[in-house]
Amino acid sequence: MFTHLTDWFPVLLSLRVALIAVVIITCLGLPLARLMARREFYGKEFVEAAITLPLVLPPSVVGYGLLVVIGKNGLLGKTLAGMGISLVFTWYAVVLAATVVAFPLMYQSAKAAFQSVDVNLEKAARTLGAGEVRIFFTVTLPLAWPGIVAGLVLSFARALGEFGATLMVAGNIPGQTQTIPTAIYFAVESGKNETASTLVAIITVFSFIVIFWVNRWAKKQKY
Amino acid sequence: MLEAHLTKKLWHFTLDVEFKVENQILLLWGHSGSGKTTILHLLAGLLQPTAGFVKIKDRVLYSDMEKINVSPQARNFGYLFQEYALFPHMTVRQNVLYGLKSKKRKQDSSTDPVELLNSFGVGHLIDRYPRQLSGGEKQRVALARALAVRPQVLLLDEPFSALDKKTRVVLRQELRKLHEQWQIPFVLVTHDEEDASYLGDEIISLEKGRVRDIKTPFAGHSKAVRTDSLASLQM
Repeated sequence: MFTHLTDWFPVLLSLRVALIAVVIITCLGLPLARLMARREFYGKEFVEAAITLPLVLPPSVVGYGLLVVIGKNGLLGKTLAGMGISLVFTWYAVVLAATVVAFPLMYQSAKAAFQSVDVNLEKAARTLGAGEVRIFFTVTLPLAWPGIVAGLVLSFARALGEFGATLMVAGNIPGQTQTIPTAIYFAVESGKNETASTLVAIITVFSFIVIFWVNRWAKKQKY
Repeated sequence: MLEAHLTKKLWHFTLDVEFKVENQILLLWGHSGSGKTTILHLLAGLLQPTAGFVKIKDRVLYSDMEKINVSPQARNFGYLFQEYALFPHMTVRQNVLYGLKSKKRKQDSSTDPVELLNSFGVGHLIDRYPRQLSGGEKQRVALARALAVRPQVLLLDEPFSALDKKTRVVLRQELRKLHEQWQIPFVLVTHDEEDASYLGDEIISLEKGRVRDIKTPFAGHSKAVRTDSLASLQM
């Protein structure tokens, strides 16, 4: 077992999906978290709740919601179908499910990290003539970095382990949309315990190494 | 000369003060919650007044009538924060150089940061991080950082409150000397009466955002005045 390249497909797909999802989450989540950390506006709590919702909802509910949006007769799916694009049951749908489910973890960690930066440091930088972009990259981001990395790890882990929503929008097509979690489930289901335990070992060891390494790194980042 | 009239609605009272200061130390004295820090923020442009103006040597930095509001970046006001607000992830050298790297500063207007740190007696700490410094050392570094960009005004928020008594006395004397060297307006905020009487060329006492009285200890006289008659005062 695991001698053929195809055996490794779920592992490679899971890693690829989790990495892409984390990149998307970072690009969208960091600016949003920065905005929400310091700004007050009418309806802020409403927006906050909406962003956090995928974290607390059962993954199957999120999956159903995604189907409503990108399904063949979905709100967005119809338009895409007209252009000849179908997302459901492709690996793009796997990425989408992982992104939506893991997003709140990154958002929450990054927001808390930005809020923990002393506002006086940003004010001091302003009086020293630094523009807002420079302040963000030289003061806010470096000081919020440990919290952001925590968010990266959490959302990566969540994306890697995503099961319910993935199954609903992308199914379990070997060689196409089968990730580690879905592969494990269907391996056990069909009595292939050897395949299941190998995948379990791979994901457990990998996750352990990542968390161990990040925790060690975070310890060195105290000012 | 720094001249300002500032009004700002705060949630529990309305701040309304007016003052003029030549190249002297103007001291704002008052209990905590009397609006002192807010005044410094308004002067530096970190907060926007509800109405009023801020002028330095006839250059308008803020005016609600003329709709002028110069950004804090372009005001060139040195600001010493209460807990000094040194960047914890940067060395002393990087802290002091921070303002000099801003594009808006002219190259010739800068001071050599190493020399400046030496003059404050903290040149040997240049590669340390803020957490490795004592309170007095932090203050000297923060002063060097604020002055490195050659500000036209220096604002100081409770500069001695985080220090022990002995250090406080030494640093008060240093600050007086510093003011003699720089010859720019200093606006210093404190709740400590000793600070006030030792440092203030002019002392404005604040109460709930209003001027309660103005003293000029070194001129040897004191006057209690109402806020609305301030403008007519010769300073």
